[in-house]
Amino acid sequence: MFNEGSLDEKVALNDLDLEVKKGDFITVIGSNGAGKSTLLNIIAGKLIPDDGEVWLEGKNITSLPEYKRAAYIGRVFQNPLAGTSPSLTIEENLAIAYNRVHKRTIKIGVTNKRRQEFKEQLSLLGLGLENRLNAKVGLLSGGERQALSLLMATFTKPKVLLLDEHTAALDPARAEVILSLTKKFIENYQLTTIMITHNMQQAIDLGNRLIMMNQGKIIFEATEEEKQKLTISLLMKEFEKIRGTVSDRVLLG
Amino acid sequence: MWKGVSMSIAIFGSIESGLIYALMALGVYLSFRILDFPDLTVDGSFVTGAAVCAVMIVNGFHPIVATITALFAGFIAGSITGVLHTKGNINPLLSGILMMIALYSINLRIMGRSNLPLLQEETFFSKLLETWSPIDQVLKSVIPFTPKTWSVVFSMLLLVVVIKLILDYFLKTEIGLALRAVGDNEQMIQSFSANTDALKVLGLGLSNALVALSGALIAQYNGFSDIGMGIGMIIIGLASVIIGEALIGNKTIVKATLAVIFGAIVYRLIVAFALRFNFFETGDLKLITACIVVLSLTIPRYLDKRREKKRKLLRRQELAQKRGENIASTKANL
Repeated sequence: MFNEGSLDEKVALNDLDLEVKKGDFITVIGSNGAGKSTLLNIIAGKLIPDDGEVWLEGKNITSLPEYKRAAYIGRVFQNPLAGTSPSLTIEENLAIAYNRVHKRTIKIGVTNKRRQEFKEQLSLLGLGLENRLNAKVGLLSGGERQALSLLMATFTKPKVLLLDEHTAALDPARAEVILSLTKKFIENYQLTTIMITHNMQQAIDLGNRLIMMNQGKIIFEATEEEKQKLTISLLMKEFEKIRGTVSDRVLLG
Repeated sequence: MWKGVSMSIAIFGSIESGLIYALMALGVYLSFRILDFPDLTVDGSFVTGAAVCAVMIVNGFHPIVATITALFAGFIAGSITGVLHTKGNINPLLSGILMMIALYSINLRIMGRSNLPLLQEETFFSKLLETWSPIDQVLKSVIPFTPKTWSVVFSMLLLVVVIKLILDYFLKTEIGLALRAVGDNEQMIQSFSANTDALKVLGLGLSNALVALSGALIAQYNGFSDIGMGIGMIIIGLASVIIGEALIGNKTIVKATLAVIFGAIVYRLIVAFALRFNFFETGDLKLITACIVVLSLTIPRYLDKRREKKRKLLRRQELAQKRGENIASTKANL
C-alpha cells in the first residue's frame, strides 16, 4: 500500500516482524509478559534490541538515541504522572511538548502567541484546563494529567503515537473520556498509532488492525475486514487454537 | 554606645558578605532545587574561583578579567561533575565528592601554596573604592550612620539583582524549561526529545560558575584566597536556600530566587548575632551553620503541623457547637 512513510519493526530475538503503514491504528493485546511494552520501548528507543532493526520512513533508526527519536514519536504512559512535569505549569508543560519537534533555544518558552495556541488546544480537551494555564500540573487530578499528557503527545503531530495502556490507571468514567479524546486526536491529526490495551472490546472497537502477542511473538493478526467480524469469544478461540489450552484469565492478565 | 556602633558595623558587614554569598546560594539552588542534584562540587569550586582569581590578580591581570576567568573555571569544574555522573554513571553524591577531592589538589596547584594574600593588590573592590569615594562623601552628609564605604553593598546589590534577573529569564526559556523538567520528571523530558545528559552537564556547569564567581569576589573582599575557605560551603548554600524558602516561599521561580538571596543575607546576620555571644568562638561557625540548617528544616514543618492541629481543633469545636445548637433547638421545639 504505502511503501513510503512506513515503519518496519523487527526484533530478531523474538522473531517479531511488524510493518506499520502510514495512518495505521494498531491495537495490541496479550497477556502480561507477552512483550507488548518491550515492543513499544524498542520502537521508542528506550531499549536497544540485541539483534534486529527499527526502520522509520525508510531510515534505519536502530541506533538513534531515545531523545533524538522522540522528535518523531509521541508517547503516553500507563502512569498518569509519567507524562507531565508536576512543578511546571500547564502552559510550561505544553511549551516543553512544543519543543519535541522544534529545537530548544534560549528564547522564552511560553510566548503570548504560543499561549493562544495552547489555549485553543486545551479547549479541545473540554476539561476547562484552558482557564488554568498557570496552575502547576502537580495540582491536577490523574484524569486531567492523563488528558494533558495525551494532548502533549499528539498536538505536534508525531509520525508515530505509542499508547501503553494509557487508560488502565483511571476509573471507568475517566478512561472513557480519555479514550474518546484519543480517537478524536488520532482522527484529527491522522496519526499512525500503536495502542496496547488489556480491554479486548476496546481492541476490537478501535483501530484498523489488531495483533495478539504471546512470548515475544505475534500469534494472531486481524486486518480491517477481519476485525469487523471479530468478537471477544472469537478472539479467545484464536488464542486457544494457537496456544492449546489456555484460560481467559491468562490472556486478560 | 560603642557597642551599638560595632553592632551596626557587624550588620552592615553581614549584608555585604551576604550579597556576595548569595551568588553561591543561587548556584546551589540551581543544582539542589532545579536539577534535584545534591552537588558537593561546590566546596571545591568555590575555592577554585577564589584561587584562579587571586593568582591572576597577583600576576597583574585586571580584577574583572580575573573574576570572569574564575567564573569559567567553575563552569568547567561543574561540567566535569556532570560528565562523571551522566557518562560515567556515577551516583550524584559520589561524583560531587570525587570532584571536590580532586579540586582540593588542583586548587593547591593553582595557588602554589595554601594561602594567597591580596591585601597589597588591586582588587575589584579597591578599584571600585577609588571611583566611588565622592559618592561616599555625599552619602556621609545625608545618612548619619556611616560605614567605611557603601560601594560594596551597592555594587554587589546591582550584580546580584542582574544575575537574578538573568537566571529568572533563563529558567523560562525553552532550554530553561527543559532543565527544570529534568529535575522534575526525567523520563518525561526524555520522551520530549531533550538530551538530559547534556542538560545536566549544562546545569551543573552554570551552578558551579555562580559558585566560583562568588568565591572570586569573596577572595577579593576578604583580601586573600585560602585552600580551606570552601569547607562546608554546600551547607551554607543549602542553609540560605532553606531559610529563604521558609521566609519567602518558592511558589514561582521569581519568588524562589529572591528567597535564596534573602536567605543568604539572613544566614550571615544569624551567624553575626551568634558570634556576639562570648560563649562561641569563631571555630564554632560550622557547628552553628549545621544547627541553623537543622532548625530551618525542622521548625517550619513543626509550625505547619501545629497550625493544622489548631485548625482541626477549631473545626471540630465549630461542628460540635452547631450540633449542640441543633439539639437545643429541637428540644425547644418539643
